[in-house]
Amino acid sequence: MSNDIAILIIDDELVVRDSLTKWFREDGYIVDSAENAVEALKKLQQRKWHIILLDIKMPGMDGMQLQPKIHEIDPSIAIIFITAHASVDTAVQALKAGAFDYITKPIDPDHLSHLVANAIKQRALQGENIRLKEQMEEFTKVDEIIGDSFQMKKVFELIQTVAKTDTTVMLRGESGTGKELIARAIHANSERRYFPIITINCGGLPEGILESELFGHEKGAFTGAQYRRKGKLELADGGTLFLDEIGNISIKTQMDLLRVIETKQFTRVGGNEIIEVDFRIICATNMDLERAVKEGTFREDLYYRLNVFSISIPPLRERKTDIPLLANYFLKKYSQAMSKPINSISPEAMEILLEYKWPGNVRELENAIERAMVVGSPPAITPRDLPFQKSEGTLEYQSDSLATLEKKHIQNILEKNNWNISRSAEILGIDRVTLYNKIQKYGLKRPE
Amino acid sequence: MTSIHVLNGTSFSLRDIERLVKSIQNIYSLPVFARNQSLNLEEAYDPIRRQFNSTVLLAQMLLLPNEHKNKLISLVEVDLYVPILTFVFGEAQLNGTVSIVSTHRLSNLFYGLKNDPELLLSRTEKETIHEIGHMFGLTHCHHFECVMRPSTYAEEIDFKKIFLCSSCSKKLTEKLNQSAKLSTSEREENSTA
Repeated sequence: MSNDIAILIIDDELVVRDSLTKWFREDGYIVDSAENAVEALKKLQQRKWHIILLDIKMPGMDGMQLQPKIHEIDPSIAIIFITAHASVDTAVQALKAGAFDYITKPIDPDHLSHLVANAIKQRALQGENIRLKEQMEEFTKVDEIIGDSFQMKKVFELIQTVAKTDTTVMLRGESGTGKELIARAIHANSERRYFPIITINCGGLPEGILESELFGHEKGAFTGAQYRRKGKLELADGGTLFLDEIGNISIKTQMDLLRVIETKQFTRVGGNEIIEVDFRIICATNMDLERAVKEGTFREDLYYRLNVFSISIPPLRERKTDIPLLANYFLKKYSQAMSKPINSISPEAMEILLEYKWPGNVRELENAIERAMVVGSPPAITPRDLPFQKSEGTLEYQSDSLATLEKKHIQNILEKNNWNISRSAEILGIDRVTLYNKIQKYGLKRPE
Repeated sequence: MTSIHVLNGTSFSLRDIERLVKSIQNIYSLPVFARNQSLNLEEAYDPIRRQFNSTVLLAQMLLLPNEHKNKLISLVEVDLYVPILTFVFGEAQLNGTVSIVSTHRLSNLFYGLKNDPELLLSRTEKETIHEIGHMFGLTHCHHFECVMRPSTYAEEIDFKKIFLCSSCSKKLTEKLNQSAKLSTSEREENSTA
């Protein structure tokens, strides 16, 4: 290993250069020396140096001035300053400016060996770190968020702005607009990307279960709690907690959640041990939270805690220019997955896709393309492969409000599928809980 | 054939020196000679540090008659240093002909401990063989027990053994073969001339 490490000694005193050169040669390192900054900068261009021993006091450009120039050429070089006792303060400044360490003259041989060994170890660790990070980048890559419209470009800008910070983000948008994908993109671009992103669908779980999911529980906390279990808050330690459908949580859980957000501490259900956690919160909702606050169903203090940086994801019908792009993306995706040679969408089918209102947004579009890929035949998706036709999906609804349109569409799909909730939810591109909520919201009833 | 010459400037007994010579012979399989010879220490003395500059002493040794480029190693009792370091146990010319070892910091007495002549001799043997290794071009080794492992404090020397690991032995054989070839060709050139 010593044979690969190159050490450059920069000192104006010949005796220092000579004795250190000799010392390191005996250790088997590649060693050279320079008597001033000019010579050193020349030697830095000639080969790769791993460690530099740099004298602070030199005529002309001194060590302190030379340090940033060395790191400009190669930031990975470990610089060890050589200083007299009197200049220790200067050496401390150098450390703050990124030097690896400093050593005072005359040098204790044991100290010198340890310093150099540590510098080599650190270099190896840095290399390993870079390699691991590169590997991790592969794991943390998120699915591509497709969109070329003005609205989506704005969303991308907001993601970039907020990702590097630790700010709580609230994602607003209708079902199926890709809120989870955006949350993952924020996480993947943040400093927390090497830790997990933990998703909790708050709307999909009854209160007791949600509490246990969030906080975990101790053995025997309730019937069936046979083992201690870590909650999602604990699992998200270091990473991001994505709370989907935040508007649907009960007042009690809202209170518990607020306490955790404020203190970053909690106890497991049935436990006394205080657990400290560090996570970033991203939450999402398609509800009118402001209205929920006014109506008293959502705590105002929690609302302000969560609504720090808001990103609104536009519904698909408001960014029609993205439809061909998305449709072709899904076409390619499913064509590859199904090994089916359908590689285009006929102009007539595309016209229908463009005119349709997409109440289930991108998720509905993806489902529509997936379905078309299943029922369709090569070489292209045609109108008859789509789950709706021009007359029922577009013209009929044109004068209705969005809510009426959504209600009619849901009713239509439910009836067509004989009120099979799972199948209808799949076609609508929403989950079952959301569909139940919408059935309740619009007062839809199954025919007797 | 290259030979090794121990220039003794210490109070080691004849018996101790004989043991040292034998140890060197065992490792290097070369003729080893010992004689009492002191260097001009005064010239290397630094009154501020109250230590002796080992590089100055090596320079003195280079002036000694050494027609056959034999390997010379001096043993001294004074505290040695090189200007940038606080002290050295010894110093050698890498691939050269001169080296020096100090017993000053090898002795327990330096650390306020009870005198241990056997330990002192054992440490001296190891450091002498170590510095001779440098003269044959060997660099430091990371094998835990190899005598070429670097030591920066006395107890560290005690971990080493009087032996060269297989890697250093191999390197030594190569170096000896190289220098044998070189001296044969030099002799041939001289006889032609």
